[in-house]
This record gives sequence, C-alpha cells and structure tokens, in this order.
Amino acid sequence: MTDVKTPPAEPGTAAEPEAKPLAWPLGLAGVVLVIVGSFLSWSYDSSILGDLSINFYPGGLQILAIILAVVALVLLLAEKGPLTKLGAWLDATAGLRALGVTLTLYMVLVVIAITADSDGLINVNPGAYVSLGGAVLILVSAWMLPLRHLRDMSEARLPAWFEILAIAVLMAAVLFVAAYALGLEDAWSFILCLVFLAALVTVLFRTGSLTWIGHVSQRNRKVLTLSAFLVAFLFPFTQGGSDANMSIATQVLVFAATAMGLNIVVGLAGLLDLGYIAFLGSGAYVAATMSTSAFATVGWKPPFLVVMLIGAGVAATLGLIIGTPTLRVSGDYLAIVTLGFGEIFRFSMFNLDGNNGPNLTNGPNGVPGIPDLEIGGFNFGEVHTVAGIELGRFSNYYFLLLVLTAFVILVFSRLNNSRIGRGWVAIREDEKAAEAMGVNTFGLKLLAFAVGAFLAGLAGTIKAHQDGAVSPDQYIFLESAFLLAAIVLGGMGTIAGVLLGATILKLLPEKLRFFSEYRLLLFGLLLVLMMRFRPEGLVANRRRQLEFHEEDEQLAVEIDDEHLLVEEAK
Amino acid sequence: MTVTESNPAPARAPGAAVLEATGVTMRFGGLLAVNDVNLTVREGEIVGLIGPNGAGKTTFFNCLTGLYKPTSGQVRFSGTPLPPKPRAVVKAGMARTFQNIRLFANMTALENVMVGRYCRTSSGALTSVLRGPKFRREEAATTARAQELLEFVGLGKSTEHLARNMPYGDQRRLEIARALATDPKLILLDEPTAGMNPLETRQASDLIFKIRDSGLSVVVIEHDMRFIFNLCDRVLCLVRGEALIEGTPHEVQSDPRVIEAYIGTGEEDDEEEVERLQDAPAEGEETP
Repeated sequence: MTDVKTPPAEPGTAAEPEAKPLAWPLGLAGVVLVIVGSFLSWSYDSSILGDLSINFYPGGLQILAIILAVVALVLLLAEKGPLTKLGAWLDATAGLRALGVTLTLYMVLVVIAITADSDGLINVNPGAYVSLGGAVLILVSAWMLPLRHLRDMSEARLPAWFEILAIAVLMAAVLFVAAYALGLEDAWSFILCLVFLAALVTVLFRTGSLTWIGHVSQRNRKVLTLSAFLVAFLFPFTQGGSDANMSIATQVLVFAATAMGLNIVVGLAGLLDLGYIAFLGSGAYVAATMSTSAFATVGWKPPFLVVMLIGAGVAATLGLIIGTPTLRVSGDYLAIVTLGFGEIFRFSMFNLDGNNGPNLTNGPNGVPGIPDLEIGGFNFGEVHTVAGIELGRFSNYYFLLLVLTAFVILVFSRLNNSRIGRGWVAIREDEKAAEAMGVNTFGLKLLAFAVGAFLAGLAGTIKAHQDGAVSPDQYIFLESAFLLAAIVLGGMGTIAGVLLGATILKLLPEKLRFFSEYRLLLFGLLLVLMMRFRPEGLVANRRRQLEFHEEDEQLAVEIDDEHLLVEEAK
Repeated sequence: MTVTESNPAPARAPGAAVLEATGVTMRFGGLLAVNDVNLTVREGEIVGLIGPNGAGKTTFFNCLTGLYKPTSGQVRFSGTPLPPKPRAVVKAGMARTFQNIRLFANMTALENVMVGRYCRTSSGALTSVLRGPKFRREEAATTARAQELLEFVGLGKSTEHLARNMPYGDQRRLEIARALATDPKLILLDEPTAGMNPLETRQASDLIFKIRDSGLSVVVIEHDMRFIFNLCDRVLCLVRGEALIEGTPHEVQSDPRVIEAYIGTGEEDDEEEVERLQDAPAEGEETP
C-alpha cells in the first residue's frame, strides 16, 4: 500500500494530496448500489429497451451497467486493496473520474429513454434510481481521490503470450459488442450502447491502458492484423442468418475500401480531392453497363474479374486525365478543381442518355436490374448454409468485399513503407524540398491519383452488383465529403483510423434513422468538436499528433522514445 | 584545418571543371538580380560565395540548381548544359541545402536521408506492392546507405528521431546528409552555419573538409567571414548582382572594395569591423 502512495517514479511525494478518508468506501458503496439497482426492475413497461422490468433478471442494458460497475470496482481495488500493483501502472483515479461521469450520463440517459419511450417519468422503477444513485456516488468518490504520478506504461513488459492473449480478448470483445450493438433494434438502446462503449474507451484512455494497447499492437502487429481479419470474417456467423445488418456491413466495407484509396491521395500525398466519389462511380458504371442487366448498354459481357480490371482501369485513366492538368495547382485550388470534376462526372452520367451523344448510361434512370454476381459457379444471390448458419446474399458480398478491403489495405501499407510512400510523404511535408532532392513530384502526385482511383474503381464494380442498380444521384458531392470526413475523423494516413472513421460515418446514420434529418447537423458538430479537441483524428498517426500539439515537449520526447523502442524490438 | 587550406592557391593542381557558369543573368521584371556572373568550380575544390544581403547570392544559387531558369547565360555541369529543372540537376549530380532549413519535419532522420536516395533507386509502385527480391535488396541498400551517411555527418545515434525534434545544428547536418544521399559530385550549401555557435561552426567546417576529402566539390554561401576564409580555396564576392572579385581568400579579404561593400566607406564607426575582418586569416592560421 505504501507502494501506491509513493510510486517508484515519484520520489518527492510531498506535494501529492491525500485521499479523503470517505472517498474509497463511498466508491465501493456506489459500485454495490449500481449492481443491486441493475438486478432490480428499471422500467414498469416491459415492451421497451429490451425488457428491463423483471427483478433479479437483468436485461441487456442492465448488464452493460453491471459491467461498468465491475470496471469501477477493479479501478477502486487498484487504488487501494489487493490490486495495488496494477495501480502503480494504471491511472486509476483519472479512469474512475471518467467512468463516474460516463456512468452517470448513462443512467441519466436510461431514465430519459424510459420516460421518452413509455410516456412519462412514472414508468421509471426504483431500480433505475438506485443505480443512478450508485453512479453519482462513484462520481463523487472519484473526485475526492487524489491524482497520482505513475510509471510510464510503455515500460510495462508482460510475457508475449499474455500480450497476444490480450489482443485476442480485445478482438473477441469487439466482435461480441459489434454483434450485440447491431442486434439492437430501437434507437435508444443503440445510443445507450454507444454511451457504454464511449465509457469503456474513455476509461481505457484515461487510465493509460490505451497507450499500452497501442504499444502491444505495435509489437504484435501481425497477430493484430490477422485477428482483426478473423473477427471481420466471423462477423456474418454471429448474425444468425439475418441479412439486415449484413446489408449495412457491406456498405461499410465499400465505404471503407474507397476511403482507404482516398487515404493514399489525402493522407499520404497530401492532395485534397473533393471529387473522389467519381472514381467509385466510374467503376460502378463500367460494371453496370457490362453486366447482363436488360438495361446494360455495352454488348460485350466478359467475366467479372475482367470487368473489375476494366472498371479500375477506366477509373485510373480518369484519374490520370483529371490529374495531368489539375495537379499543377495545389492546395485550395486543387480542391476546387477536383470538386468540379466530381460534378462533371455526375452530369456526364446524367446526360449520356442518347439525346445528347451516345446512350451509355440511360441518363437519370441509370442502369437498374443488375443481376447478382456469379464467380466460378458461386452465385452471390443465393443463401448458403455453412456449419448450420445461413449466410444470405449480403453475407456473400461481405466476404468478397472483405477480400477487396484486405487487398486495398495491403496496397496502402506496402506503398506507404516504400520508396514511393516516402516520396509521397516528402511531397506532403515540403514539395519544393522534395523536388530539390530529386523526387519526381509531378509524377508521384499523378501516381497517387491513379492508384487511389484504381482502388476506388475496383470497389465500384462490386458495389454496382451489390446495389443492383446505378444512377447518377448516388455519386453526389456529399459522398465525397463523407469520404473525406471519414479520413479526417479517423486519422489521416492511418489504416485503423480510416477503417474506424468509415465505420462510424456509415453505421451511425443507418442505426439512427430517426435522426436522419439532423444527420448532417450532427456530423458537422462532430467534425467541429473533433477539430477542437482531437485534430489528429481518433486513431492518431503519432507524427501528425505532434504536428497539432507542437508545444507539447513531453509528447515529442515520448514519440522519439517510442521510435527507439520499436527499433530495439526489431 | 591546416595552413595550406586557408591559403591553398599555388599548392593545388586544378582538377577538371565540374561546374561552369558563364554569363548567368537573372532578371525579375525590372529588377536585375544577377548580372553576367561567371563561376567555375573544379573537382575537389571548395568555393565560397559571399556578398552583403540582397547581393543575389541565393538567386545565383537557384539559377545553378535549376530552381530558376536564368534569363541568359549558361550553366554547364561536367561538360553538358544543365536543364533548368531541379530534379534533372540532382540526377546529374548536383545537390543543395537550403538557407532556411527545409527538412521533412514529420519524418525520421533516417527517412529524410532515404528520400535523398529516391533519384538513385528505381522501385516503382508495382514492385513496391509485390515486394520481390529486387525490392528487398534495394530497400536494404537504401537503408544501409542512409545509415552510413548519418554516421558520416555524426548523427548515427539519432536515426529514429523526428527531424522536427532535433537540435538546430543537427538539423543542418541532417540536411547535408540528405543532400549527400543523392550521390552528388558537387554540393551547394546555402549558409550552413547560420545561427550556429562557434563550436558548431567549427564542426561544420570540419564536416565540409571531410566532404571535400571524400572527393566532392563544394560551393558555400556564407556571411561568416572567418568561416569562409578558413574554408575556401577560392571566393567569389557578389555585390548588387555583379561579380566584384574572384580570387583566393587572401586576395578577396584585402580588397578594399569588398570591405566597402560590406561595411560602407570605412567611416570611424566601422574601423573596428574593418580590423576584425582583416584579422580573420591570422587567427585562422593560429588554430591548430
């Protein structure tokens, strides 16, 4: 216990404030109250929020509250009690404060949700108030505990098997939570689940565990990548044959793969492209017009793999055509020119209807009735049963898109760590200096455009079949803006960040349909808040993080240390 | 740093000319920034370029390195005319550093130098994605060469530091290492000791000698008279865009026109400065 009060890294503890004697028992009482409350009935109405009305039989949302209470208990015990060793590493107090705030928010939202869903505060049962009281107690006790100085998490070394186990547990949790959250039907439950997730992530962040996870994943990159794909691969099997969520998941994947292509252009080469959706569109239009749809305008029907290459090739060619004249301007001008190009594409598709020029696209009607893919006798429209679990149409596309996404990520990461990638980053950092060091700046910028367009074109060809129709109004400027927002939100130039950003931006509007009118307002707000509080994105590229927190000396030293650590590990 | 180096003219047999600039003139609208300047740099030679602020030193530099296309005049490098394109100039074997350091701030020291290898390597996008044996070999060679160069300039220990976090003097060295990575025959340094303390300046001149000894020619722009007179085999003084005098450090520093150009007409206030300027070589010879 003395260990905690005088942690090894901090010899001069005179300045450290003492904990108020009441704080710790108060927190413990809070935990007990939350758990007891969760076992009681929260709501009189059994038809809302997945039935929270039965005593001693906690529903889903109550279990989430219990999980948070258990986390609070662990943090309290790390503060004082059997887990103090852990407390030397974890910033338990900061974590507890974050948890107190989020848990209270969670309980308040529960009360609001019950009130809103069943017309009246009267429907809230005492259990909810007990839990709310417990949450407030945890909050109060956390603010009475002192903040302490801690040992650096990056020094924490655990056996390799433990680190791998941690990754496995984390991934399993991700899979479980994703399946659970997507299974929630009503918006309030989904929002509460999001609050729960936010609570967990903030606690991980505030206790410093997230830094540790970052270090671990850096050390075990291959394990992490493999397990992430395994989780993504297993996801359809958790859906029990339902295609509703798989439809959303396929859209997320198309969006993520496209965003990853744009990430090359924006994140690596630093070129602001506001018309990127046109490349996805050109891929989709190629696939549509060459499909066996009754409305397809091209007579030649090659196998799909050929169509994919043609679609991607057409997109890349468009990229080159648009890039050659426009890449001579930079910055804001480039953004405007590419924005114009995106609109030109849309209007071209709108007008190539036979009245003006050849009939390629059927104008505003687009190409409907595109049949499902069939590759090597495998029909993507049929339901297949694997290990007793039905995999529907969207699951089939999901697997195909997963392969595509893996390919796009592979291309991205390999290009990033190569001569080409270094050239791109050099251009982003200082174009004049790059040119003076012999980097072919114009050629590389053009290449970034072409590669990005190629990858988007690939995604487009699959998207056409998956949607079953293409029309010009799918490829509006807003979509380009969303792709860009996904990159900015997630973290420019990173893989995990962009995947996360794409998931958030595609998933939330689908699940929060009743917000649809305020969707743009919400995203605007989200972006403004992000730029204010975390301009480097959710998953920060450590370098960019420094760019935005220039005055932070400590961060600079940390990042350098980390580089050295990584070197050592090699 | 020996006596010969500070007064080398008779001792050294002139090598073949690496760079020949003849009648270089640069006009920006009505402003004549550089007027009919000639400069020849031979193999293994250190040439200094001095002049008061606004004399057109950097403009002349930019004409040499292809950043500007001279209004008239010609720049020949190893006997062939240089295309006015920075990339082609680098490829031909002429590298430069910048007056205000222009590193790739968010890349590590090693990556910065590796970017310098860009024009001497050839892996394209496809090879980078496929990662064949050729790619691996080239990548390994690039890393090894970059590491070697960092050690050459004395930064062997900070390869993984971000350029922006390095101390000022190290950033200057890193920029030199990055320029050396392009395998140049001639390296042009634009004020390599600006903002350095005396110790760092000494280290910089040691480094430049080391570069010269490895077989390169060097052109240096500098304000620090003592530094340049100790360092250079020949010095060219530019004033208002025109070549005032070219010769050995000794000739240049004793030329009254140079003193006048730098500090006015030798009024009373400036006497001290004049003395300092004339003392420079003597002190230089004293240093071991």
